[in-house]
Amino acid sequence: MTSKIKNFPGTPLSESDFTEGKVLSIHDEMRPQFAWDTGIGIGSYLAALKEGYLLGSHCKTCEKTVIPPRTVCEWCFDPMDSYVRLEDTGTINTFSLCYVTWDVQRITEPELPAVIEIDGASPLHGILHKLGEVKPEDIHIGMKVQAVWKPAEEREGAITDILYFKPIKEAGS
Amino acid sequence: MGMRKVAVVGAGMTRFVRRALETPKELAWQATRMALNSCEMTLDDIDAVCMGTAPDAFDSVHMKGEYLSDGAGAWGKPYMRSYVGGGTGVFAPIQGWYHVASGMFDTCLVVCEEKMSSYFPHAQAAFNTIFDHTTERALLPNLLWIFALEMNRYMNAYGISKEDIARVAVKNKRNAADHPCALLGDPDITVDDVLNSELLAWPVNRLDVSPVSDGAVTIVLAAEEVAKRITDKPIWIQGVGWSLDTAYWANRDLAYPTYVEYAARMAYEMAGVKEPRKEINIVEPYDPFDYKECHHLEGLQLADKGGAPQLVADGVTLRTGNMPVCPSGGLLGVGNPIAAAGLMKVAELFWQLRGEAGARQVPGQPKRGLAQAWGDLMQVGTVVIMGTEPGGEVAR
Ligand SMILES: [Zn+2]
Repeated sequence: MTSKIKNFPGTPLSESDFTEGKVLSIHDEMRPQFAWDTGIGIGSYLAALKEGYLLGSHCKTCEKTVIPPRTVCEWCFDPMDSYVRLEDTGTINTFSLCYVTWDVQRITEPELPAVIEIDGASPLHGILHKLGEVKPEDIHIGMKVQAVWKPAEEREGAITDILYFKPIKEAGS
Repeated sequence: MGMRKVAVVGAGMTRFVRRALETPKELAWQATRMALNSCEMTLDDIDAVCMGTAPDAFDSVHMKGEYLSDGAGAWGKPYMRSYVGGGTGVFAPIQGWYHVASGMFDTCLVVCEEKMSSYFPHAQAAFNTIFDHTTERALLPNLLWIFALEMNRYMNAYGISKEDIARVAVKNKRNAADHPCALLGDPDITVDDVLNSELLAWPVNRLDVSPVSDGAVTIVLAAEEVAKRITDKPIWIQGVGWSLDTAYWANRDLAYPTYVEYAARMAYEMAGVKEPRKEINIVEPYDPFDYKECHHLEGLQLADKGGAPQLVADGVTLRTGNMPVCPSGGLLGVGNPIAAAGLMKVAELFWQLRGEAGARQVPGQPKRGLAQAWGDLMQVGTVVIMGTEPGGEVAR
């Protein structure tokens, strides 16, 4: 069928068709606002961040410790109500050097997102955060890192209470 | 299971373009009209309509299913919109399949549409809301992060180079040069072109990524007795599968898509496929980024873990190779209007298995193909297996 059809529908427009007003378009800007309840599991996580530590939750049956903490165990579907304080150190599971912001602005100094496996959580259990105090070319998977916190008086119970994770100087290196 | 056999009997699609003059409804109607014309059916012959379309945020239209309903031919009919992120384009035909397989309907349209260009200035920013609003969004994440992080983990786990992965983009964009609807076909592109394109988020360069696009695709499904009256070349849906992994994506093995494996095993069992590497003749895995094609081939059990790049390097996945992968040109070449891109893969199998793919035709009269998509927050796998024979163990 496709081989018999020569003219497929769909009319491509160029950027200038818009910028020069060759086609009509309607522009609108939505400014919705939201306030999210943080709930029981994540509420506890944020409260711990405000105090300057990382919190996970543990299921005795499944022997899993997860971060961020949650109220239900994904494996056995029973409550996961034992909270455990975790270290604020971990290992880089993966990272990127990103030269584009979330809204597609180009930047010359890359953002350094990473998944960091948190010490004390089950294997491969990490969180998304950023790296700092490190040259991009020195970052590697498996690198040990530690959270750098905002001063206590500036913390507000948010993931941004951790500014970033920085490499831990390894003994003898 | 007592399910009826279901065939694809018609297909249609629009061109995939960066910005279409047509509205989403108009695109949906164009693809649907072409699909109906292709099998000489009219809307009166259609019992139900399934719509696949991805985030409402692209269009800023709440209840996008309802918005698109007239273009999809849904008025006065049972109609349902499904949405599993990027996995939608291969989930919608699964939904259409069970509408018909269940005995509820004899015919069903499956329409997938996406118009990403309305989001201003760039659709990328609409993806910000896929991240957890409390624990992640405050970090101002970019959709590129999630792919770059997964690609880096995949490369590191198996010692794969960027060059190994760039070969996928080259293959697909070259294949797309033969697709009349393609946005980014390029017969002359080289590995160096990919490696030297703009660095967006190491290890991801611009040409590792599929383009933001507008477009629509429609297929027509029919139950066995009806299908045989409509065409002498029905293409049968032999197996379907879908599966979801945890939404805590940073708690997951990023080097291997377990959820794709689960979806594939479900589909293989239904299709009666015991040795996928011998029994699947054409593969259309989801390729929004080039490394994803490799990742998915491994999850689909069509390559060993970490082994897909070698298949690409050896030419196995070329259109003329032993296991052609993305002969359409894929999302990297044809374009990525999200839900429509997934259904394009199903339409490609329809055309390929009927021997109607023209310049893209895979040689050797392929008997069976597999299409797969992936989405939500990197955790859903959707799989459809199609063949020239009804096959499978559907009627067991
Ligand atoms: Zn448990």
